[in-house]
Amino acid sequence: MFETLFWQVAKIWAVLIPLFLAVAYFTYAERRVIGHMQDRRGPNRVGYRGLLQPIADALKLLFKEITIPTQANRALFVIAPTMAIMPSLAAWAVIPFDQGWAIADINAGLLYILAMTSLGVYGLLLAGWASNSKYALLGTLRSAAQIISYEIAMGFALVGVLMAAGTMSLTGIVEAQAGPVWNWFWLPLLPLFLVYWIAGVAETNRAPFDVAEGESEIVAGFHVEYSGMAFAVFFLAEYANMLLISVIAATLFLGGWYSPVAGLPVLGPALAWVPGVVWLVLKAAIFAFCYLWFRATFPRYRYDQIMRLGWKVLIPVTVVWLVVLTGFAYTGLGPWF
Amino acid sequence: MEQVIFYIFAAVLLFAGAMVITVRNPVHAALFLVLAFFNAAILWVLAGAEFLGIALVVIYVGAVMVLFLFVLMMLDINVAPLREGFARYLPVGALVAALMAAQLGGVILAEQAGLTGGMIPAPSGETNNIQVLGALLYTAYVYPFEIAGAILLVAIVAAIALTLRPVQRGRYQRIGEQLATSKRERLRIVKMKPRGGGAEQ
Repeated sequence: MFETLFWQVAKIWAVLIPLFLAVAYFTYAERRVIGHMQDRRGPNRVGYRGLLQPIADALKLLFKEITIPTQANRALFVIAPTMAIMPSLAAWAVIPFDQGWAIADINAGLLYILAMTSLGVYGLLLAGWASNSKYALLGTLRSAAQIISYEIAMGFALVGVLMAAGTMSLTGIVEAQAGPVWNWFWLPLLPLFLVYWIAGVAETNRAPFDVAEGESEIVAGFHVEYSGMAFAVFFLAEYANMLLISVIAATLFLGGWYSPVAGLPVLGPALAWVPGVVWLVLKAAIFAFCYLWFRATFPRYRYDQIMRLGWKVLIPVTVVWLVVLTGFAYTGLGPWF
Repeated sequence: MEQVIFYIFAAVLLFAGAMVITVRNPVHAALFLVLAFFNAAILWVLAGAEFLGIALVVIYVGAVMVLFLFVLMMLDINVAPLREGFARYLPVGALVAALMAAQLGGVILAEQAGLTGGMIPAPSGETNNIQVLGALLYTAYVYPFEIAGAILLVAIVAAIALTLRPVQRGRYQRIGEQLATSKRERLRIVKMKPRGGGAEQ
């Protein structure tokens, strides 16, 4: 029994350590990429080409004092960062990195992902309320309403994936997309793919849907009262969530661990030596880059426009496409049945 | 091993349930309710009902309780009046508790009383319980399922109708017009003749 326990813990660390490194260097990539998009250099002083910058940042935040406002609700104020990061790490348990490379390959994987992403809002809610600050509360209300609204569109997009794959297990969903790039679900489920991606950006409260932080209006939103490592944990949770959404999008719509030429006559065997996890990371990197690209490109949406987009545009699109999918499934038409 | 895990989570569930009704701060009470839901979900997953367990987390923890907290945080609740009249409400509360205990007992004792007609057969090893649940809901139980859906739809329509206020006259956004504007309507480029010898020269 202790041997299996040891291996489980070892597997969890084998996911978490690369994840934390990826999060650290994702923040670095963000500053460099946006820097170049805005014709600046970005951080390039600490270490070779600024590569040690994230470590310097982490050390700085680690040694800063954590202040707790006198009127704050202490217990909830301290527990909120943990509540924010817990679901964004727990969701990684069911991600299949390669054939059979998942910590827990459960039947209800898709539902589990939905459950974990919907829990992330508690960290925000608690942080905003426990800080006893009007800016924090405003940010909390905005982001909670936004996350609840976009969860519906996201859930419907996942239902489409479920209908096309016929299973809720993430491994099963990837196996249903076996083959080259035109076999993947992004093509038959194109509207749902776009809806999922937009909803994913909104769920993580990132630009152009970042009214929850809105530096120019409410300073920094829900985490305005947090400092030092408590702030860093919120920061980590946000970036871990972005990477999670990217990896889920790559798994559900871009064929997970399959290479874009899998099963083709000459190219398929020629690239068969590349491990599947490399393809998954490359596909997820496309989405992660888009996150940064959006931030450098789009101005912030107005709050009522965000709500309109979620309820009046994305949800009808998904419902219509679900009806179309039902028609495909019933008549046996469509490229993937 | 599984029994030990069961008793740990069951103990946390009971503790959280007791805290919901005893704690002073309504926000804390709601959070303990979240903890109770979560532990109930874990117990269901342990019992092999992973669909129901995760659905409980998605619906109650992820959506319903968030809206609950949302409202609680907006209200400035004075705690003292809430605690008045405990003795007055006690008989009604005790009655409800007794009824619920009787229902629970009925479910537990149903098997001994020979009321097993409605029991769903346990899923066989090959299919998982999500598939079994889906197949049963859309074949054997399709009418109850559709009726429940219709009742929920009526409830949604009623809730929206109750809160819908007449459209306010005055300011509101006409999104269609906003989207239909073109550059020509909003932007005017003015050619300025450069003046000779400004102050900055």
